[in-house]
Amino acid sequence: MEYMLLRHRDIDNLNQIDTFLKEDGFEGLKKALKMETTDVTNEVKAAGLRGRGGAGFPAGVKWSFMDNNNWPHYVVANADESEPGTFKDREIMESNPFQFLEGIAISSFAVGANAAYIYLRGEFWEVAHFLDEKIEEMEKAGFLGENIQGTDYSLKIYTHLGAGAYICGEETALLESMEGKRGQPRVRPPFPPSEGLYNKPTVVNNVETLSSVPYIIKNEADGYRKFGTEKSPGTKIFSLSGNVNNPGNYELPLGTPFRTLIFDEKYGGGIPDGKSIKAIMPAGASSSMVVATDEALDTPMDYEHVQDVGGSLGSASVIVVDDSVGLDWLIAKTMDFFHHESCGKCTPCREGSYWMKKLTERIHSGEGSEKDVELLKDVAYQMQGTTLCALGEFSTMAVVSSIERFPEDFKA
Amino acid sequence: MSLAEKYPQEIEKILAKYPPEQKRSAVMALLYMAMREEGYVSKADKADIAEMLEMTTTEISGIIGFYSLFHDEKAGQYRLQVCTDIGCALRGADQYLADLCKELGVKPGETTKDGLVTVEEVKCLAACDKAPMFQVQSPKGIKYHEEMTIAATIDLIEELRKDAQEAK
Repeated sequence: MEYMLLRHRDIDNLNQIDTFLKEDGFEGLKKALKMETTDVTNEVKAAGLRGRGGAGFPAGVKWSFMDNNNWPHYVVANADESEPGTFKDREIMESNPFQFLEGIAISSFAVGANAAYIYLRGEFWEVAHFLDEKIEEMEKAGFLGENIQGTDYSLKIYTHLGAGAYICGEETALLESMEGKRGQPRVRPPFPPSEGLYNKPTVVNNVETLSSVPYIIKNEADGYRKFGTEKSPGTKIFSLSGNVNNPGNYELPLGTPFRTLIFDEKYGGGIPDGKSIKAIMPAGASSSMVVATDEALDTPMDYEHVQDVGGSLGSASVIVVDDSVGLDWLIAKTMDFFHHESCGKCTPCREGSYWMKKLTERIHSGEGSEKDVELLKDVAYQMQGTTLCALGEFSTMAVVSSIERFPEDFKA
Repeated sequence: MSLAEKYPQEIEKILAKYPPEQKRSAVMALLYMAMREEGYVSKADKADIAEMLEMTTTEISGIIGFYSLFHDEKAGQYRLQVCTDIGCALRGADQYLADLCKELGVKPGETTKDGLVTVEEVKCLAACDKAPMFQVQSPKGIKYHEEMTIAATIDLIEELRKDAQEAK
């Protein structure tokens, strides 16, 4: 398959501007600058590009929600990549940075933003400095800054480093963080396209989403729709990790079955040490624990089908769990994570994650009783639907699904 | 010397990223700047940043407390932050951390006797395919070290020791 995002795997030095230019770099931006802004948005809408950060919301539709009675507009690239199991955005930014920056420029042009920010998790310190250099190179080459390519459109892109808080991947928490506050989610509505950064209309899109945009503008919706399925068009980077022979990033058309990703020699290459697959977490720590039946393995990985086997695609961070792993241990790990990352703003998550962590640890240590398993489920159910943002809700997914689907792992 | 006196041009450049009435957006960048010398934000720096950005020192402390990479207490010169989250744990990170701690004679959260390295257990660093891995946070910034072994880690610590001695 031809790469759309991980093109650097075929082309050496794609993160050098000369190479990028030779490989049709910035053709999407040049074309967009000659189009009406609404046509750019409509092309992305027609391509059916869905948000790659986890929520899967159609990107073009998001752009069309921008309030045109309130200015200035902003674009913010969400490079906070923090979902355990996800490590795709870093590869794009390190190895194919200009395509990402080009995507920011096209989306900024489409929504009329003259300033865009890239919010990177603090750990991506080196990546942020690298991107600063790349932005400067683009300015010198006339693809960013004042009057881009001789048009009257101007754009500055800035990097902004976070400092280690998973919650800042949630778009309103990210905006709070950018405004110099603690990263705690806002009550919605209003949503960012009405009131976002500095209370101005803002598009927040994931790195991979933005990096898909140049291809769409260059090849139009029909060209993009040659890959993937009707409802989940295009390719997606699957971050594969856990108990698998070849962990790594694999770009595949949406709709590729789990079995291909996990077992094909070209990709995951199967389970090491002669063990068998037990469960799959298709969306990182926020996933339900999917039982690795033949039916699940043959399920297409796209936005609509993963739900059929009791999971969700999310950011496509596929964690493979083999039959030697006790899920009592694994959910104690996920709860340790969510308890640490709960921002403390809403009571159900702050208290619920604390008690779920305590209970999962007690059960794993062997000191729990059957009552503890019931209590754990009860706390989880009470959190569902009551937390301010998705973090609280997602923290219950692995817990509840593991207890329900793998009861033998929780026998007192 | 205050930060404003030490790095006037760099501060101006950071503030220029944001609209003039939104200077508190610069708080994270200035906190990183404050940690450049000792690896933590001193009381004087807190007051300095608060004044520059028209914030209170309580707000500054609140922000330091919220984010894992900001520190207002002294630790080792290098913070070796090992990921033991699920992706890494499934590939042996817990054992790696235990072995490393044993080798260095510390527990997670503790600093080696010479004050060089503080070993910390941290949440996902987005490098799940390259476990065991850690990042080194130092006054100079943050650097990833992936697919590590105990031997390679000990070699790295020796290099850090040399760097620290040369810096003196």
